[in-house]
Amino acid sequence: MRTTEGGAPFLVEDASHRVWKLGPDIDTDLLAPGYVMQHGIDVIATHCLESVRPEFAGDVRPGDVVVAGPGFGIGSSREQAAAALVRLGVAAVIAPSYGGLFFRNAFNVGLMLLTCRDAESLAEAERIGIRFRGAPEVVAQDGRVLACEPVPDFLVDMARSGGLLNQLRKRLARQPAHG
Amino acid sequence: MLEELGAQIWDKSRVVLVMDHYVPERDESSRKIVRIAREWAREQALPHVYDSQGICHVVLPQGGHILPGMFCVGGDSHSPTGGAFGAYMFGIGATEMLGVVVTGEIWLRVPDTLRMHWSGSLPAGVTAKDMMLHMLARFGMNGGAYQAVEFCGPAVQALSMQERMTLSNMSAELGAQAGLIAPDATTVEWLARTGAQVPDIEGWETDADAVCTRFEFDACGLPPMVAAPHSPANSRPVGDYDRVPVQVAYVGACTGAKLEDLRAAAAVLRGRRVAPGVRLIVAPASLQDQETARREGVLQALLDAGGELHPTSCGACAGYGNPMGDDVTVISTTARNFKGRMGSPTASVYLGSPYTVAASALRGAISDPREVLA
Repeated sequence: MRTTEGGAPFLVEDASHRVWKLGPDIDTDLLAPGYVMQHGIDVIATHCLESVRPEFAGDVRPGDVVVAGPGFGIGSSREQAAAALVRLGVAAVIAPSYGGLFFRNAFNVGLMLLTCRDAESLAEAERIGIRFRGAPEVVAQDGRVLACEPVPDFLVDMARSGGLLNQLRKRLARQPAHG
Repeated sequence: MLEELGAQIWDKSRVVLVMDHYVPERDESSRKIVRIAREWAREQALPHVYDSQGICHVVLPQGGHILPGMFCVGGDSHSPTGGAFGAYMFGIGATEMLGVVVTGEIWLRVPDTLRMHWSGSLPAGVTAKDMMLHMLARFGMNGGAYQAVEFCGPAVQALSMQERMTLSNMSAELGAQAGLIAPDATTVEWLARTGAQVPDIEGWETDADAVCTRFEFDACGLPPMVAAPHSPANSRPVGDYDRVPVQVAYVGACTGAKLEDLRAAAAVLRGRRVAPGVRLIVAPASLQDQETARREGVLQALLDAGGELHPTSCGACAGYGNPMGDDVTVISTTARNFKGRMGSPTASVYLGSPYTVAASALRGAISDPREVLA
């Protein structure tokens, strides 16, 4: 699978993204447990979601997507909750709603979030495609098309660039005399 | 990171650096964090630096840095405190802060608005903290859904500036992005005292036809509220608690140790002593507030009642050090009582107003301050 500049897998239209299905209210402590927070992201990532899906961190493959219920990423402002998913190669999260701080942090660290009312109609392990026709759309394995809320272009760019830091690097390289 | 990016600060006059979380330095890692911040401030010749002067959410307004109509971000989740001055202010993470410091820009999704309209007036011994715990009990910790929340109505307008700050501060617990209060004469008076250039506040109010979801509250019948472990939303009227014994009473943090909070605690404790076996810890939110409290005799009243004075920093509220010890029951003026928040995962932390915390210290059990104040 091709990857973006940030190392995250590209979203593709053919049905190649494998679904990991989770419930509602997956909080930042489940994504990045407090007791490993003093470690780097490589270690934190190995504990990602361990208390709800112990096999997740070991078995997830680059290009897989996480599908969840409402309230994904509620809780603290820790960026590592989103960065852990990026580190594991998760291409996108698809859920009906997100914690507000998590929503910001996700794009800032290069993780694409799709807000999809019907996310929960997707099944564990099904293969889906994701395409951008103005607003993003999820194409389920059976061909159903699920509409998502529009994502502004600059956020799509941010996720594709691997996050805000990479965007800043590019921007400053263009304007060396900034400030 | 700025060096690695080869970047400059976008506008030094618009950056305020406050060292509050890891002071006073207690171990090698906190020494390192504070040393890096101090060296950076010196190298950059930053014009606005507050080193160990108190907690950023209180120090910033005391320095006159937050003005009505401003758009501000802070590197801490209680940054909505600035909303008390009619500024749109919210907390962001480290990566975003770097982006703001370098570019002066940030993205925002235009939020929906919730209006919390409080009619009537608060009874004696009942505070903004109780209003917030009441709203948390009703809406839960994600009730704000990252929206802009406005607090309005006669009971809000009657609040002092620091009481308004408590409301806006705990918008974070409500799950809101920002917690706004329209500026008025109270705001202007505060700003004038800081020496800030007092702006024209005309127009910084919600339009009559603004689209929002409105909720009504009556301050008149509000009792003191207490949140039980381990969530601020787990709040009930103080009368629902049947003599829960406490070993520690904590008056601290940006939420609950500003000058007015210290005055409230002193109003209960003046001329009295805390119950045997109760530790009363007082950690004023800023040096300025501590000094004023000292001049007014407020600090002495708290110390005479048996209080221990702790440094003016985030201290135990951020779980920094473990001054409480394990297996204790704490009643605290702070904003959060998540498991382990104040250091020990075996501590049970209750949240209340400074009046309630002081009354509970006096009696050694969770108590209604109105019984003590009467």
